[in-house]
Amino acid sequence: RDFNERCAQCSEVNWGLTDGGRFYCRSCHNVTERTREVVNTDFITNSRVQTISKGLKKQEKNDGDCEWYICEGFQLVLKKQAEALEALGVCPQMKDEILCNFWRCYLQKSKQAYCKRPAGETVKALSVCESSTDVDSDPERPSLLHLLSLSESEGDLQTDCSFASSVSKVSESTSVYSGSVDGSLYLMKNQKEKLRMTMPMTLSFCYMALLWLREPITLSELLRFVVEGHIPYLNVFQHFPEKMKLCGLDLRIFCVESWPVYEEVFHKMHELAAFLDLPRFPDITDSCFLHPDMLCMKYLMEANLPDELHNWTCRVVKKIGIGEVDFLTLMPGNKSTRKVKYDVLAAAIIVVVLKLLFLLDDHYEWLLSEFAEERNKNNTEGGPYFEFKKWYEVVKQSLDVEQKKLDEEGAKYLWRCEKPLFYSVKNKSKVLKRRQMVVNLQNQFGKLSGSARRAEKPNPSSFQLSWSEENTDGSCFHGHSLKGVLQEKCGLLTAMNPDYWLCTVKLCNEKLCGHLAHYREVEFPQSYHFVLGLFSFLLRIQPSYIHDEVCMIEHKLFNKKLYKKLKYNTVLRK
Amino acid sequence: SSHEHKLNFRKSKEACLSYIQDALLQKQWKRAAEFLTCYVESLEKDYSRELIGPSEMIWRIGTEILWHHSQSSMKEFNCFMEQMKTLGVKRYLKVCLEHVFHLLCNGQIDEAYQNLSLAESWRFGEQTAVQDKEMKLIEAYRGLLDYYRWYKQKNILLEHSEDGFSDLAVEQEMHGYFRKAAVNLKEIIKIPGVWDVFVKCYVDLLEFYGDHNEARQVLNEYAYNSKFPANPNAHVYLYQFLKRQGESKKSLISALKILHDIVPSHELMIDFNTMLQKSKKRKKRRLGLEVIFAALDYAGWKENAKAWSCLARQVKQIVISEKHLDWIKQEWNSRKDWWPAFHFSRYLAKRNWQENKSLSYEKALVAGILLGKDCKYFRYVSHQGCKAQLKRFRMLKKFVNRHNPVYLRISG
Repeated sequence: RDFNERCAQCSEVNWGLTDGGRFYCRSCHNVTERTREVVNTDFITNSRVQTISKGLKKQEKNDGDCEWYICEGFQLVLKKQAEALEALGVCPQMKDEILCNFWRCYLQKSKQAYCKRPAGETVKALSVCESSTDVDSDPERPSLLHLLSLSESEGDLQTDCSFASSVSKVSESTSVYSGSVDGSLYLMKNQKEKLRMTMPMTLSFCYMALLWLREPITLSELLRFVVEGHIPYLNVFQHFPEKMKLCGLDLRIFCVESWPVYEEVFHKMHELAAFLDLPRFPDITDSCFLHPDMLCMKYLMEANLPDELHNWTCRVVKKIGIGEVDFLTLMPGNKSTRKVKYDVLAAAIIVVVLKLLFLLDDHYEWLLSEFAEERNKNNTEGGPYFEFKKWYEVVKQSLDVEQKKLDEEGAKYLWRCEKPLFYSVKNKSKVLKRRQMVVNLQNQFGKLSGSARRAEKPNPSSFQLSWSEENTDGSCFHGHSLKGVLQEKCGLLTAMNPDYWLCTVKLCNEKLCGHLAHYREVEFPQSYHFVLGLFSFLLRIQPSYIHDEVCMIEHKLFNKKLYKKLKYNTVLRK
Repeated sequence: SSHEHKLNFRKSKEACLSYIQDALLQKQWKRAAEFLTCYVESLEKDYSRELIGPSEMIWRIGTEILWHHSQSSMKEFNCFMEQMKTLGVKRYLKVCLEHVFHLLCNGQIDEAYQNLSLAESWRFGEQTAVQDKEMKLIEAYRGLLDYYRWYKQKNILLEHSEDGFSDLAVEQEMHGYFRKAAVNLKEIIKIPGVWDVFVKCYVDLLEFYGDHNEARQVLNEYAYNSKFPANPNAHVYLYQFLKRQGESKKSLISALKILHDIVPSHELMIDFNTMLQKSKKRKKRRLGLEVIFAALDYAGWKENAKAWSCLARQVKQIVISEKHLDWIKQEWNSRKDWWPAFHFSRYLAKRNWQENKSLSYEKALVAGILLGKDCKYFRYVSHQGCKAQLKRFRMLKKFVNRHNPVYLRISG
């Protein structure tokens, strides 16, 4: 359709396409070397897989299997994840527009599609692809905005796509084996510069899209939903169509055996944003869910802390400027600014506020608690004063129960699914036999497990711990007052606690050692450790990451004092 | 406590195993089953580098659970074991053997026999050679069950012969079992090891059919072949056999000598001492004294009246003859620091008197000689005895009083 060269034989411009995808002259039936590789990437709108045409040496698959590329697999994964997110309440725009455009951009940038050059360079390259679609008519790669605008004009993607021809299939004589066309290539090449796609990276894509849309789901929540099974991740390949056979090296790509780690998904997302040359993300303002003021409110509620503490978190946020739009909004590619972990940041702010008001040195907070207890005993009118001790006991109990449940669930987790996986056809029967035995044993011992049925997966919930003010046992602290901890000075409320201890005097270089500080439980007060532990549970990350953010906040907060101190020290040394 | 969700498959299964272990230790079979249900998918992973792989874990844990769980039946147990046999060919015979043990524990002798026969006929390439040891055990146990069947037949035969009629069929069967049993039992006891039950049965068979030479040889091998681990029972069996055969005291004594060396506290030491005491040879009598003193060093013998009577008799005899008092001195030397508190305290005197007068009598005699008439034990018991007007205690008192100088010589 778009091929305008003149035929070498008859000089006509009257082209058609052979079954092999080659242009042939309708006048003289001359078949050219030029191919138009077409594939229907209509996975996004419908999941029918169309066969991909290959070069001359296309091998017919007789049993209805199709040839598929790794990135098509990932495309399916993303589709499933986007659907799940939509079911959780995310706006449909995420799936239909944002995510798929990010994906297309990625495919183009990583030269797996939408580009002039082939992605795979092998000995057997049969032809050079000359895609001639509208999109690539100009030699420059289109920007994301361009793609976004295109998607609005076209309904589906049927006409528009083109794939680079990774023409060669590794021949059967080599030992590498995969159900996909380019499985072995995918794993072999050093694609660091091109940001090779992995399963954890699918979550990076999701998070990136969520962030773009400023949806009220933090990264830790997203990962928690994955673990709880609300978002497909583990065993998502079982939803691949029958014709897409998964075996051999594909398993290494699509079968994960570990849960994604926050840090990994986070960093990959930023790498991705930079790789895709994305512009500045939409602004995170103080009306956004991800703004520290909002997140702090949520976490305060979940941690069963008094609402009054919110004033304090807002004050800290304001004082050190971490509520500013420019600080919070993501600017891809900007290496100088520290990337913001919204959830961890909010948790850390709360920890700092607790340190400000209660000191948390394993003495002072209990002292304050005793005073509050005395007051509460003698004076029952007016709201109760917040007692750290009571709060600690209530929260610790719930935390222990939940942690225990979580640990047991982790131990009982079933990683395998019904779809059998085998590395090669040779061990297929062995795999199937094993699977059958596993199922038998599960049945046999399942019956002996007693009435304890496997709990259905919990309904997705934003809150893991909840406290109700209606409970008469006083186990909800939201309405408690901070009066026992505060004093008025010059018309302003300040903390009675005059002291503060810094988590660290000097920050490490994060780029060198990965952390701003190094957290060791034994070096810090138990109360501090407990508070870190609480948020560590809620966010499902290691306490050390929250500790890092706490250090960062403290250094901003006490910047002047520290600076003076350091200056003084250097003066002395001279 | 760790705040991270178990991150990956391996850690998750490790945690699962530790929950299973806890449940097993607390006999919470339902809970163990619950976690095992989650663990079994490990079979689909490759653990070839681990020392104990999932298949072995599942076999062992599953066996425990099914054996103890209230809702589990033998049928289920057997079904499970059959599955486990297919799971690891390298373990096939071991699983068979353990299955047989369970069947035997459950009294299912015939099923056990069937399983053993089946296992015996198993062949699997080079594995057959590798699992040679297990095969020998399987053959041995089948031999044992053959013996058991022989034994039953023998009893039937004896009953019938008492009733006055002979039963040829039963006799033939019996001989058949004998042959089968003998072959296998003979094989296993050739291999160095501890084969008490096999040896006993084999010897029983040999004795019944009159092959005493073979029996003697077998028992000698078992007891004296240095390749075999030191086993007190071997000597006991040999001794019992020799006794049955009416062998001379000399050979009986030599059989028990080693037993004394290995297990000075063995119950046969009484027989040993009795034989030695009566011997004409001085050395033997000396040994006898040593043997009985050594036995009474052990707490388990403290209240054994027979043992004390042996010691008392020998001590009395020595004292009366006034010869070889140095023997007593030698034996007493290493014991005089602790035997008084161990055997002859006032508390024990009271208790022994209350519970067992004969015991207190014998002990009092020994105490009187070794510690003198003024020792706590002797004084209390003899006083009580005389108060109760028991003649022998009066005699005892007289005896000890008379021979009190002996004590002085011993203790000096």
